[in-house]
Parts: sequence; C-alpha cells; structure tokens
Amino acid sequence: MADLLLTNGRAMREAYLADVRRKRMYGGILLVLFIALMASGFRLAEDRNAGGFLVGIGQILDFPAEVVAEGWAKRAEIPGLLVSFFPSLIETINIAAVSTIFGALAAIVLALLSTRGLARWPRLIPVFRRLMDAMRAVPEIVIALILIFILGGGPVPAMIAIAIHTAGALGKLFSEVAENADLKPVEGLQSVGATWLQRMWIGVVPQVAPNWLSYGLLRFEINIRASAILGFVGSGGIGHDLKLAMQWGQGKYDQVVAIFALLFITIVIVDQISGRARTRLVKGAS
Amino acid sequence: MTEATASLRAEVLGGFRRRRIFALSVPALLALYMAYVFVAFDVAGLAERARLDNARILISDFWSYKTHVSRDNRSGAVVVAIEGEAKGTYAPGSEPEWVRIAGDAATVDLGEGHVVVMDAAGLRFEVPGYGLIEARREGGGITLNLPSAEVPAWISASDTRVNITTEAGRASLTRNRAEVFRYQAGWELFFFSLDSPFHGRSLGELAALAVTGERIDPARANIAYMVSEFWTNRMWRHGDVVWAIFETMLMGFLGTMGAAIIALPLGFLAAANMNPVGPLRFALRRVFDFVRGVDGLIWTIILSRAFGPGPMTGAFAILITDAGSFGKTFSEALENLDEKQVEGVRSTGANTLLRARFGVIPQVTPVLLSQVLYYLESNTRSATVIGAIVGGGIGLLLTQAITTQKDWEEVAYYIILIVLMVMVMDTISGWLRRRLIRGG
Repeated sequence: MADLLLTNGRAMREAYLADVRRKRMYGGILLVLFIALMASGFRLAEDRNAGGFLVGIGQILDFPAEVVAEGWAKRAEIPGLLVSFFPSLIETINIAAVSTIFGALAAIVLALLSTRGLARWPRLIPVFRRLMDAMRAVPEIVIALILIFILGGGPVPAMIAIAIHTAGALGKLFSEVAENADLKPVEGLQSVGATWLQRMWIGVVPQVAPNWLSYGLLRFEINIRASAILGFVGSGGIGHDLKLAMQWGQGKYDQVVAIFALLFITIVIVDQISGRARTRLVKGAS
Repeated sequence: MTEATASLRAEVLGGFRRRRIFALSVPALLALYMAYVFVAFDVAGLAERARLDNARILISDFWSYKTHVSRDNRSGAVVVAIEGEAKGTYAPGSEPEWVRIAGDAATVDLGEGHVVVMDAAGLRFEVPGYGLIEARREGGGITLNLPSAEVPAWISASDTRVNITTEAGRASLTRNRAEVFRYQAGWELFFFSLDSPFHGRSLGELAALAVTGERIDPARANIAYMVSEFWTNRMWRHGDVVWAIFETMLMGFLGTMGAAIIALPLGFLAAANMNPVGPLRFALRRVFDFVRGVDGLIWTIILSRAFGPGPMTGAFAILITDAGSFGKTFSEALENLDEKQVEGVRSTGANTLLRARFGVIPQVTPVLLSQVLYYLESNTRSATVIGAIVGGGIGLLLTQAITTQKDWEEVAYYIILIVLMVMVMDTISGWLRRRLIRGG
C-alpha cells in the first residue's frame, strides 16, 4: 500500500515536472520568437527609413534646441502669439466637442439597437454591430481627406470624420455597458404599455448615464488629439497653423513654440478635469 | 396632519420642478452651443463651397475607369490610353474593338448608337434622339453645327473649344486636339497591364495556362511569370502597396511592443506598493504625464526631423506616446494588485525577485497583455495617420493618391486594404486576448 502510494506520488511528481518543463520550453520559444521578430522588424524599419537610427539619435535634440533657442530669442513676442493662435485652438476644441456630441448621440442609438435584450429589432443586431465595426475601422484621415475634396477646407470635414469614428468606438463601449443594465425597469415599463423609446429613455438611460458620460469624456480627450492631427494633415484648427509654421521653417519657430505650448497646456488641463470628473461619475454614482 | 401633507406635497412638487428645469436646461445649453458652432464653422457657407461635381467624379471613379482616345490635330496621330496615362497606352494596332483607326481618322463607338468620328476636318458626334453634332476646325477657331436651333445645356461651346457630355461618354475639340472619353465599369488593368502577355485573357484561359499551357517565357513556369506580372503591375503597383501595408503594420507592432517593453520596468518603479522611494515615483509619474501631454503629433514632428521619413520614425513616434500611457496604466494595475498571493509566496521564504515572478507577474499579465493588444489594434489605425505625416507606409500612398485628385480608383483600393488590415488586426488581437486571458 505504502509502496503503491510512493510510486503513484513519484509518477505524479514526474508528470508535474514534465509539465512545468514543457511550459517553460514553450515560454522560452515564444520569447525567442518575439525577440527575433522585434529585432528583425526593427532592422527592416531602419533599412526602409531615410535616416539611420545611430545618426538620428544624435540629432534628436537638434530640432527642439533650435526651436527653443529661437523661441527664447523672441520671447517677448510669445504672449502675443499665444493670443493670436487662441482662436485656432478654440476651433480645434470645438471640432472635438461637436464631433464627440454628435458621435455620442449616434452611438447611443447604435448601442441600444445592438444590445441583446434591448434591441428594437433583435434580428438586426448583427447588422448594427458590423456597421459599428466598419465605422471604427475606417481611419479618420481617409474620411477627412475625401470630404475636404468635396466640401472644401475648414473644420467641417474633420468634424464629420471624427464623429463617424466616435460613433463606432463609443457605440461598442456603450453597448457593453448597456448589456449589464438591469432589465427589471424595462420589463416593468413594458407591462404598463410603454413604447420602445419610452422604455429606453426611462428604463435604461438613467442606469447607464454615468458610465456613458465617463466614456464620452474619455473620448473627448482622444478627439482633441485627433482633431489637432487632422488639422495638420488636412485643414482646420491649430494643427493647420502648426503645419504652416513648420513649412516656413526657421524664422517662424516662435510660432511653433507658441502652438506647442497651447497644445500641451490644453491637453494636460482637459486630461486633469476629465480624469477627476470620470472618477466622480463612476465611483460617486455607485 | 393636513398641514404636513401639504408641505410634503409642496416639497415634492418643488423637487420635480427643479429636476424639470435641469432636464430642460441641458438640451437648451446644447442647442445654444450648436447654434454658436453653426456660425463659427460657417455651415451656411458650406453649401456654396461644396463641390458636388467633385463628389460625382469621385463616386464614378470609384467603380469605373475612362479611356481617352485623343487625336493630335497637327500630326494626325491617334492615341488610345486608359486614364490617359502613358502606362495605360495601347500599342498601335492593338486598340480595343470600339476604336477604328483608318489613316489619320478615328471612329469611336461609344455604344447605344453614340458614334464619334475624328479627322482632319474636326469632330462629328452622332447622338441618338438628338442628331449629328458637327464641330469643324476653321481658320483659327471652331465652328459648331447643331441639329437644333439653340445650344443644349450638355454642350458648352466657345470660339476655341467645344465640350460635349452625354451619358455614353464625353468629347472635346480644340484647335490642336480632339478627345473622346469613354467610361466603363470596373478597375481596368487591375491584374495585368497592357504590355503583359496575360492581358485580356479570361479566367479559364489563365487557369489553363497556369496549369498545363506551354511556357510563354521559357525561363520560368507560367504561374511564376503570372505572379511576377501581377506583382509588378505598373498601373496599380501591387508590390509597393503590399509593402506599404506591411510597413504600416510594422510601425504599429514595433511601436506598441517597444512601448510595452520600456513601460514595464518603469511601471514597477512608479507603483506605490513596489517602489518605496516616494520622490522617484513622483518624478516618474510626472514624466509619464509629460510624455502623454506632448501629443503624438508633436513627437512625430520632432522625430521626423531627426530620423527622416520612413517607418522607423513612425514606430518611434508611437513608442514614445504609448510608453507614457502604458507606464500610467501598468503602475495603476500593479497598485490594484491582490496582496494575498504575494504574501503567500513570501511565506515560503522567497526573495523580492521570486515574489515578483510568482506573486505579481501571474496576476498582472492578463491585464497588461489585454491592454497591449488593445493598443496594438488601435495603433495600426494611428500608424496610417502617422505614416501620412512622417512619409511612410500606406498613409503616404493614400495622401499622395488623394492630393493628385484623379486616381480615385486607387484611393478606393487603398481604403479597402486599410479597412481589411484594421479588421484583421482587430480579429487577431481579440482572439489572442481571449486565449491569453481565459487559457492562462
């Protein structure tokens, strides 16, 4: 009996150790594969780059130093430039805000239509889900550049492009929140003959509003960055001014300093405010 | 009693009223803001600026192509070219059957009875239901003979130029040049360009050639020849496009993974339960905030000044921006750690390194990995935009094609590829996330 136990125990131990060895080997192989992938990928990327890594790393501070030096030399003009670029900054923020609002409104509709248990037409859930996938998959720059061709320059193309992407991205998150909503109020409302719109508005929206708002604020932070980038590539807002100043090059670096400063301050402030608000919404409401 | 009920009633009604005012004021504020934006964005002026003809060009170009038949009126030479490009020019004698060339005259059959004849005298356009339009080169200008008394809206004519637009095609005549454009559905030359021996063959013929047919080029098998002809197609440049897509994915991959590798140790150093040195933690957190606050756009500009255009620059731009975000989320994940597991490992007498290996890593790995995979997917998309700024990958090809404002079929091709790329990355990262988190 004791013998049997001992052999059994030994077999178990052997099996366990073999298992551990195998796991370690798989882990090791994966690690080696990953390192090889990273190294060869980096080599390839460096090969196809105009400048090499070692040359570039030495020059990395040249441009910031140049910009800062020129900015310092013309420091008396910086406050004036900050004021003169302020309207562009407002435009960038407006693009982000409007596209977040429109995107979020569309996302609410899409999310409710694609959530199991809440959907108006349960059979169409996959359709609305794929629609949101497609809206998320098309990069903003594609829509923005095409719309610039049709609508001309200005903030509207960027606004529409970001709104479409926001609708797709928020729709998915909103739907995940709504899935966890309590269905009892909805059933109660149904029993008294409420329409679908009433059931959603009175039964679901109050439950999920804090989480939705929190995701919306997070999206607003992301959209400010997106709207600055789209301005640089396309048109509208402070990104466009930055592109003009960069194209001019030396001599306009005081403008670059002013725009960098405005962007940095805006992003930090919005991050801080929305971070606080989000913690309060999610933790304070529960 | 009744007094108490009355005061309660008043209180409740007051509450309702306050809520109603609040509930109405939010939409009212939104409406006010929208009105302001409507003015600030000059939405009213948009209707004037919008170019609907551009939209029409774009939509028709997405699914169709045009063939130019042009006659040089000084030399009498007739050239047939797809999209009017040198790369799409038919060799003399191999023109499509709807163009007949006899000497210096060309007859173009646009289908459904629309026939255009171009010769030394000028241009004659037979439009069914309207009649024969005759445009002659006379003296220094153009004379137009129409079957109707007034000039219809689809013909624009001046002394030096005539433009005729019908649903079957377009024709124009100037003193030096006569041109006919025919629109046809599809993306012509998508597989093989005109100079390729495989051009104009049906799918069955190609399959037969690939499997059994005699070698067209004795040096290599037909199927290898076919692949290389497709890959080096000069009109669509499939090889370059695939490379560009690969470059974009490479940027996203290198950037995300590099950021994760850098952020992992920094995240440990910035977590309160891992690193007891308060000032170091504080300094690291401020570094993360700074890196995140300096937007990806600014990093991209700074880096492209140092490294020049290309995928490495894009990868570094993603790396730096995301190292900040990862550092922040990693340290937060570490701080939310369950201490019990660590204590259990400590009770066996394990040192700090072993405690981290067996107490911490198994707990946080799923959280961190899912974060990294989520970013990988979203960075593939950002790499498209960053590529447009630094000049690398599919973003560069896309902006180039859009700024030329004529190769819209190529734009459509790139958009389809980009969407496919993002969806593939989405699927892969979602699948990996599920495997890693559930499968352990």
